[in-house]
Amino acid sequence: MKRTPIGEQAPDERNKNFNEVCLGYTEEQMIEEASRCLQCKTRPCVDGCPVAIKIPEFILHLRNKEYDLASRKIAEDSALPAVCGRVCPQETQCEELCVLGKKGEAVAIGKLERFVGDWTRDNKYKLADPAKPNQHKVAVIGSGPAGLTCAGDLAKLGYDITVFEALHKTGGVLVYGIPEFRLPNTVVEYEIENLKTLGVKFETNVIIGRTVTIDQLMNEEGFEAVFIGSGAGLPMFMNIPGEDLNGVYSANEFLTRSNLMGAYDDSFDTPIRVGKRVAVVGGGNVAMDAARTAKRLGAMTYIVYRRSEKELPARVEEVHHAQEEGIEFHMLTNPTEILGDDKGWVRAIRCIRMELGEPDDSGRRRPVPVKGSEYEIGVDTVVIAIGTSPNPLISQTTPGIEINKWKALIIDETTGKTTREGVYAGGDAVSGSATVILAMGAARTAAKAIDEYIRNKKK
Amino acid sequence: MYKILKKKTLGTQVVLMDVEAPRVAKASLPGQFVIVITDEKGERIPLTICDYDKKRGSVTIVFQTVGDTTRRMAGYREGDSFFAFTGPLGHPSDFVKEPLDEVKKKKFIFIGGGVGVAPVYPQVKWLKENGVDADVIIGARNKDLVILEDEMRAAAKNLYVCTDDGSYGFHGLVTDLLRDLVEKQGKSYDHAVIIGPMIMMKFAAKLTKELNIPTVVSLNTIMVDGTGMCGACRVNVGGEVKFTCVDGPEFDGHLVDFDGAMRRMTLFKTEEGKKALRITEGATHRPAGGCGVQGAKIG
Repeated sequence: MKRTPIGEQAPDERNKNFNEVCLGYTEEQMIEEASRCLQCKTRPCVDGCPVAIKIPEFILHLRNKEYDLASRKIAEDSALPAVCGRVCPQETQCEELCVLGKKGEAVAIGKLERFVGDWTRDNKYKLADPAKPNQHKVAVIGSGPAGLTCAGDLAKLGYDITVFEALHKTGGVLVYGIPEFRLPNTVVEYEIENLKTLGVKFETNVIIGRTVTIDQLMNEEGFEAVFIGSGAGLPMFMNIPGEDLNGVYSANEFLTRSNLMGAYDDSFDTPIRVGKRVAVVGGGNVAMDAARTAKRLGAMTYIVYRRSEKELPARVEEVHHAQEEGIEFHMLTNPTEILGDDKGWVRAIRCIRMELGEPDDSGRRRPVPVKGSEYEIGVDTVVIAIGTSPNPLISQTTPGIEINKWKALIIDETTGKTTREGVYAGGDAVSGSATVILAMGAARTAAKAIDEYIRNKKK
Repeated sequence: MYKILKKKTLGTQVVLMDVEAPRVAKASLPGQFVIVITDEKGERIPLTICDYDKKRGSVTIVFQTVGDTTRRMAGYREGDSFFAFTGPLGHPSDFVKEPLDEVKKKKFIFIGGGVGVAPVYPQVKWLKENGVDADVIIGARNKDLVILEDEMRAAAKNLYVCTDDGSYGFHGLVTDLLRDLVEKQGKSYDHAVIIGPMIMMKFAAKLTKELNIPTVVSLNTIMVDGTGMCGACRVNVGGEVKFTCVDGPEFDGHLVDFDGAMRRMTLFKTEEGKKALRITEGATHRPAGGCGVQGAKIG
């Protein structure tokens, strides 16, 4: 009842390089794992998938080595299997509901999905030909998971799509946020190349709201509809004393320097300063990514999280990987202050022990400080990874677009339509920080609604 | 790719370039900045816009060669292209958005120090084009470092030049000159804009506070993305944490915590920082400094 083991780089080697940790199934291992699927009639796994991939069907194709059919089957519902197979929290989605999981271990659906995505890329298998152009222009803002999905869906229907990206590289959070060792950039680049063959155009270095506004796109450049997939890029800080000291980074800054700007590679210009010891505050995937990056840059690394291991929001696999790589976890610990030396550089982080009290609004037990339990951890660098919120630039510069108190765009959940005619949105810009797959699901809904909107407008 | 249409040396270590970037030129207003990346492995360098030509679709930048990257930038020739050129970023200067009648009532004094003169220029020029007078002080360490004097003379109502060593114009610092204008020459101002090295902005803002002149400064903090994503450029203004790239780059000069801002500038730059990097990083240390810490950003 155990799942087929998968090849990984040894922990003590991989924590010194940025190559991918997980090596993926060999064909033999894949067949063994695919054969574990019961092909049950109730298909609970599909209910667990935010985009309802036809999981039993693609696994059956895999078992029969019909890779092209498996690839097509997933493509009916998901545009990025090589990405989602690597970064989805399967244990709380498809795999959580797998019947096998009740008595033993669930089928490794994510790893099988990744196999399909990688096969498609390795064999340059063409999933779609460019559609017949329908002469309607749609603008997509942001080239992350939401933007790429919406662009792909609409391009397949014949729309003339331009994706606008603020940074100099396409891929959004998949490129600036998620490190190479978890999701290689080549995987993302391939998906973007695919979109280009479908006729999607990309314009980098364009900041919507500054370089050009949504009004201008619609009134001057002939875009009939706009999809906003601009993510949640604004980092949150804790507002504790000492956060302005030298050596305190937001996770976004730390990861952007390393991933997007290539600071881990000496041939790139952008510097990164890690020091000997690093504390990462937070317990999500981003915190794990930052900690594992710091470790790879040679630092002794600690995760500081105010709840217990059970409540860690990160994927179980990432937590295991981080532990294997020698990252020290300080659970039930909350920073109260960052301490500096006389030159204004970080020297330590002051923490207080916590215990879990009654459940709070999130249903998780609320951490309560234990009086008199403060202690210091000596560190040179502190990375704050406690979340992000949507960047208000687009909402501030687009008349008629409304946001809620979390700065997130207000939409009609069934269509993704914002409060402004012709403008749709999905992903983190609407939900706040969430997952790749949820962003893709939302983008898919919006793409369908945009198509209907434009077709009805024509009548 | 963004082509360099014109390159001109303005003085020792100071280079002016017109870069082809139609979208940026079309949207640019005084007070805003751009991010430049020389090549695919380069860092993101924030530079305040010095001028823009909406018809030609070009943006003018001025930078000082201080570190590795800016030296490499200075090696680019007319006809070469930069890998990325993003903008305009940040908020335009306040007066651009104010009713013109109100702006016309104000008595402006602009103070530019070193390459900080460059970002002062589009503001003075914009005011002149809109029929508003402005006095301008240009300060530099010596005669050789005085830039854009002719351009500024054409845009300003009165131009005053000073040098630290007295090799040109008034002998003294910009603060000495401002004090002289107000206390000895009977000038009065009710709005000051100060752009230059952090230390100069700190002391000039201290003086304008003493003289009771509301003051705007343009900060040149370290930045990475420049779009509000990373927080590297955070600064304390009036007790609140602000991001220079999206909340600025212009702030009330009497509320900025300059000491804190100057300390953050040392992150990758000072001897201490370099030494710390050498000790802690070994091979990953790069002598080039960091995003925008090479004095590259000029306002």
